[in-house]
Amino acid sequence: MKPFNICTLKSGALCLMLASTGLLTACGSDDDAAEMASFEITVTNLSANQPLSPLAALLHDADYKAWSIGGAASDGLEVLAEGGDSSTFISDDAAMLMTSASGSAPVGPGASDTLTVTADLASVMQITLASMLVNTNDAFTGTTGLDVSDLSVGESMNQTLPIYDAGTEANDEMAGTIPGPADGGEGFNAVRDDVDFVARHPGVVTQNDGYSSSVLDESHRFDSPIARLVVTRVK
Amino acid sequence: MKITALIPALPLAFMSSMAFSQNIDVQVTNLTHGLHFTPLFISSHTSASNLFEVGQTASAALKPMAEGGSLDALVAASSADNVNSVNPVGALLAPATSSPVVSLDTGANDKLSIVAMVLPTNDGFVGLDSWTIPSEAGSYTVYLNAYDAGTEVNDEVIDTVNGGGDDGIPAAPGGDAGMNATGVTTTESNTMVHIHRGNLGDTDLTGGVSDVDSRIHRWLNPVAKVVVTVK
Repeated sequence: MKPFNICTLKSGALCLMLASTGLLTACGSDDDAAEMASFEITVTNLSANQPLSPLAALLHDADYKAWSIGGAASDGLEVLAEGGDSSTFISDDAAMLMTSASGSAPVGPGASDTLTVTADLASVMQITLASMLVNTNDAFTGTTGLDVSDLSVGESMNQTLPIYDAGTEANDEMAGTIPGPADGGEGFNAVRDDVDFVARHPGVVTQNDGYSSSVLDESHRFDSPIARLVVTRVK
Repeated sequence: MKITALIPALPLAFMSSMAFSQNIDVQVTNLTHGLHFTPLFISSHTSASNLFEVGQTASAALKPMAEGGSLDALVAASSADNVNSVNPVGALLAPATSSPVVSLDTGANDKLSIVAMVLPTNDGFVGLDSWTIPSEAGSYTVYLNAYDAGTEVNDEVIDTVNGGGDDGIPAAPGGDAGMNATGVTTTESNTMVHIHRGNLGDTDLTGGVSDVDSRIHRWLNPVAKVVVTVK
């Protein structure tokens, strides 16, 4: 059984309060009194007009990579990158996964959202984060295998995030193919009609740049980085 | 016995202060969705030379690499003291693929440079200019941008006349480009080496202004990742 969300939000807050008074350093609700580590993951959307789908975060050990350049996207990643649905992505039951979390709403341009992941303290702890650029065919941002093992409680690390192309749906920008507000079209489709490997995204063309069939306009263009990621160990 | 143990320690101490003689592994990954790299030129050298420099005119040896992927002139122009790897892939480096790990004993060379043409472009190349090889052992990751050599008009017309040696893009190895384009432009406003502005492209595969496909052959920087392991 995975130690899935042993600390609820409420008891987590309690833990913090107690810890700050020096009475307790471990989570009080944990039966076997194992030491816990908890990380706050905050993503800020730096794009002009690309809402990010609800964030998906995984905490895992060193043996897990959610994607690699040149490798085919997993089914969970395809569903996330084409439709913004993280449910398959975060329900991977691989043994190396410690816990997962997902956001409740999209993260609009200029907005931020924070997820918290908590698991038994381990010598190696890594974070994977992913989110779709919803006004695209299959672009996503994130990081996989970000090592947070060396963070002390209260310490943060931050980085900016690139844009990847899942390679599972052609970047045709056509009406009916883009789930975001630019189109309201289809999200996930199991057909893989692109290169079928993950790479950096080439960007969108848009109707303002002479591609008359595109439902995107110039406001949907983007460049790297698309978002800022801050990870803070809070316990 | 004590004396023989001491003797090798002396040059070692001297060498570490000079940061000489590194054994390094280099691996290049093409990060792009739809661009090929021509054969890689990986060169360790000193600060006395470089393969290219932004804001400067491309050398006569860089030009044929950037316009046609040929490394012959770069190899010929390379100092005898440089330690190079020429075309370690043995072919084009396809999108989202990695080169083999290249091992170099760099000798007295403390700078690392890498170039390869980006296809399909007129004179775009991926480049690393005189990166200082760290003296401390470890793994280092460097991300590379795409540059414009400034030597050829970016008309985006695929032109195999004269083996691609004429003005024009010699090839789109993915086989996913168009034909009969009228040309994007006839001028090159910056004739120095500079950051490439990207392909314009279009979605007309039988005409239009460009033979490259704007949905496939554009890119955002960085276009390559280099992992250097100092041993």
